Amino acid sequence: MSSFKGRDIISLRDMTVDDLWTIVLRAGEVKAGKHIGCLKEKTVASLFFEPSTRTRLSFESAVVKSGGSVFGFADPGSSSQKKGESFSDSIRTVTGYCDAMVIRHPVEGAARLASEVATVPVINAGDGANQHPTQTFLDLFTIYEEFGRLENLKIGIMGDLKYGRTVHSLTHAMALFDAEMVFISPPSLKMPSTVLSDLSEQGISFRTTNTPEDAADMNLDVLYVTRIQKERFGDPQEYKNVAHGYRIGKNTIAALGKQVRIMHPLPRVDEIAEEVDATPNAIYFTQAHNGVPARQALLGLVTGGIS
Amino acid sequence: MGRAYKVYAINNGTVIDHIPTPLALKVVEILGLGNEGIFTIGVGFQSKRLPGGKDILKIENRILLESETDTIALIAPDATINIIKDGRVSEKRIISIPQAIYGVMQCPNPNCATNKLGAHRHFKLEDREKMTYRCEYCERVTEIIPGNLTAPE
Repeated sequence: MSSFKGRDIISLRDMTVDDLWTIVLRAGEVKAGKHIGCLKEKTVASLFFEPSTRTRLSFESAVVKSGGSVFGFADPGSSSQKKGESFSDSIRTVTGYCDAMVIRHPVEGAARLASEVATVPVINAGDGANQHPTQTFLDLFTIYEEFGRLENLKIGIMGDLKYGRTVHSLTHAMALFDAEMVFISPPSLKMPSTVLSDLSEQGISFRTTNTPEDAADMNLDVLYVTRIQKERFGDPQEYKNVAHGYRIGKNTIAALGKQVRIMHPLPRVDEIAEEVDATPNAIYFTQAHNGVPARQALLGLVTGGIS
Repeated sequence: MGRAYKVYAINNGTVIDHIPTPLALKVVEILGLGNEGIFTIGVGFQSKRLPGGKDILKIENRILLESETDTIALIAPDATINIIKDGRVSEKRIISIPQAIYGVMQCPNPNCATNKLGAHRHFKLEDREKMTYRCEYCERVTEIIPGNLTAPE
């Protein structure tokens, strides 16, 4: 197992299966009450160059819960980039104020660039349409918590598969654990062929369908739902017609089988009916809450508070 | 009537032959030769190997590094490179596309840190057969497009 201390967490492409296991298992330990105070006397910079709610709040909660302190900004208007300072100079400055930094930025590759100029570990909290590795860590942790394993699961991934960075990262991660996958989307938002050809090369079994009901014969363990965004459609009526077919209700769960667990990175708009919330199948709020222990574990690992 | 010469012979330097027409000027650009020493270019010679014609570039008094000649393979994979010393061919260099490209290729993703935040361009070879590269920053995979190759940063 490679050491995490001092390491930048930028992309899932940099992670091995052992790395993912380390994060998932340490997250479980944190949630069970171990590693208390693992960020004691550590200061974490939270630099959000674009707005975010869940990711920022869960990172900040993770720092405080682990005994560290956090500072930063929640929108780019508060940063000195507004005054014309370069991104690299901002990072070079802040690196002297903290023990680790968490960065979200609308430009793809911003976190990688930050990691090259920072002297403390950089954690990518989302760089444009590229990567959002900590979302995948908490997804994996939630799946492990639910099933007691990560290998050989049957996973359906539904919604905007063309543009969603979350689903690309999750697909990449689940392929490392030999998942059987089904990709459910409208034809215009299908999983990119480059992702599918990568899976074929790895020998991963997958299929693509247009509706969740088409996957009813698979006995899916997980249906991972993502939002179909209105702005992807030129015609609002077309959006309405398409989105209607991708709404999960109790009837969908009945079709997929009672074993299925429904996940969603949130925010949800109306792709999951509220009637699903109270069923044992819904684990999306647990998933959101798991962002805290997963990020506590990761911050503890990169700052050396957890070994 | 035959011509006495097509492109002057050189005594010392590098000769690059079998560049597909009209890419010799692009080779000059990606090698950053613009303000450096003497080079001569021949454009549009007939070639059995290249039906669209070939260009020849002769660079005087400069032996290109292997990293430089491999960069030429990005746009002219069948180019032949001869290193000339004292009027003789001292080395016939085999070229192959590089494992990594620094500086000379612009990322086609307009929202990449190399285009928006001043990150230095850096690609790694993704698939040798398909000649695709992955940007180290935005992680997009791109094919080699001569138009995206520029002078070194």
